[in-house]
Amino acid sequence: MRRVVITGIGIYSCIGKSIQEVSEALYHGKSGVGIDPARTLYGYRSPLTGILEPPQLKNVLTRRQRICLPEEGEYAYVATDDALKDAGISDEYLDNNEVGILYGNDSSSRAVIESHEICVEKKDTTLMGSGAIFQSMNSTVTMNLATIFRLKGINMTISAACSSGSHSIGLGTLLIRQGLQDMIICGGAQETNVLSMASFDGLGAFSVRIAEPHKASRPFDAGRDGLVPSGGAATVIIEEYEHAVKRGARIYAEVTGYGFSSNGVHISQPCEKGSALAMERALKDAGVNPAEVDYINAHATSTVIGDTYEAMAIDRIFGPYRTPVSSTKGMTGHECWMAGSSEIIYTLLMMRDSFIAPNLNFETPDEASAKLNIISSTIEKKMDICLSNSFGFGGTNSALILKKI
Amino acid sequence: MEKSKIKEIVNNFLIEEIEIDPQVISDEALLKDDLGIDSLDFVDIVVIVEQHFGFKIKPEEMSGIRTLSQFYDYIESKVNA
Repeated sequence: MRRVVITGIGIYSCIGKSIQEVSEALYHGKSGVGIDPARTLYGYRSPLTGILEPPQLKNVLTRRQRICLPEEGEYAYVATDDALKDAGISDEYLDNNEVGILYGNDSSSRAVIESHEICVEKKDTTLMGSGAIFQSMNSTVTMNLATIFRLKGINMTISAACSSGSHSIGLGTLLIRQGLQDMIICGGAQETNVLSMASFDGLGAFSVRIAEPHKASRPFDAGRDGLVPSGGAATVIIEEYEHAVKRGARIYAEVTGYGFSSNGVHISQPCEKGSALAMERALKDAGVNPAEVDYINAHATSTVIGDTYEAMAIDRIFGPYRTPVSSTKGMTGHECWMAGSSEIIYTLLMMRDSFIAPNLNFETPDEASAKLNIISSTIEKKMDICLSNSFGFGGTNSALILKKI
Repeated sequence: MEKSKIKEIVNNFLIEEIEIDPQVISDEALLKDDLGIDSLDFVDIVVIVEQHFGFKIKPEEMSGIRTLSQFYDYIESKVNA
C-alpha cells in the first residue's frame, strides 16, 4: 500500500503565526484567549474568543485575489504559503506538477450578511460587488487557494463541522493511498469575525468566565462553563512516501490511520459509541494496538457533555494503558472548522520537540475525566505514535493516527 | 460637475481601488485591452461609481464605450443630466 507522509506545515493561530512560535506557546502553556468588545455590542452572551488579527496582504496578492478572499481565506492563504515553503514546494513545482487541495471550512458569514444588508438598502444586487459570491460560498477557501497557487489536482472543500480539518487530512490520505494523487494541500480554516459565531453563542454554549479569559477554556475540568470560540487556519502538506523521499523532502510523520463514523443520534450532542468507533477504526487502519499509542490529542472543547462522552470513549479503549491525554483547546479555544488540522500540527510539533503540551486549566477532575491520564502541565516525552480526535455537530467523527518514521 | 473633476475622481479610483498602473491611464486608453478591466472589475466599477457619483451604470449604456475618454463623457452626461 502507498504510504502517506506529512512534509510541510503552516499555521496562523491565536497562539502563534509561525511553527516555532506555536511550538513555544504549546510548551509554555500560553493562552490565546481574550475579549472582543464588538461581540458584546452585537448582542453576544460571551465576548470571549481566540484573539488574532487578519494578515496584511495588500502588496502580497493582487486586488482580484484579495477581493475574493474572506477572512478565513486570508488565514488559509498565509498558512498554506508557509506550509508549501516548509515542504520545499516552489512556484515552478506547482506549475509543473499536479497538486490537489482538500480543505476544511464550514462557514463564511460576513460576505453573506453584508451582501444582504447592501441589497436591503440599495435594492440592487450588482452593488454587492464582484467579490461577494466568491467570499460567500462554503468552498471559498479551496476555490481561492486553487486559483492563487495554480493547483491542478483534486479541488474541493470538506464541510464536516468541527471535524472538517481532520477529515480533510483523512480523505486526502485515502486519495494518495489509492494512487490518485501524489501531493495534497489539506487543512482547515475558521473565521473569527463578529458575525461568524453569533448563532453559536445563542445556544449558550460559550464560557462566560469574562474576568479570567485565560482560564475560560478548561477542557475536562469540573469547573468549566462552556467553550471559547477561536479560529485562524492550519495547513498540512501530505504526500506519498516514495515521492517525498525522491525529492528529498523532510518528513514530519506518517499518517498511518484514519477512522470515521457518524453517531446518527443528536444534532449537537456527541456520543461515546460513535467517538469510540472512529478511534477503533483509526487504530485498525494503522495496525497498532491501543497500548502502543504514546499520546492522545483530545477533541475536548470544554463543554460538559462533549468532554464527558469523549472521556468515556477514551477510557473504554485506552483505560488500562493510562495513555497521556491533553486537549490543546485549553490554550487555543475551539478552532472549530480549523481544529482538526491545527491539532494535527500541534501534535506533530510535540512529536518533533519531544514534549506533551498541557491541558491548560485542568485543575479538578470530574467522574469521567478522573479515569484518564490528563496532562495538566508540560512533560518531556519522546513519542512515536499519537492519535488526534475531532468530533462535530451532526455526529461526524474523525480520528487520525500519526507515526514518526 | 466639471469634467476635470470627473477625470480626477475616476483616475483616482482606478489607481487606488482597481489598482491600475497610473502609467497606462490616458484619455485614449482602451478599458479592456489597455487597462485590463474585465467583467468582474466592471461590477466593482459600478459599485464605486454609485458611491462617488450617486447613479447606477446601466450595462446597455456602456455597450459602445471603449476608451477612458468615452467613459468620462458618459459619467459627465449622467452627472450633469
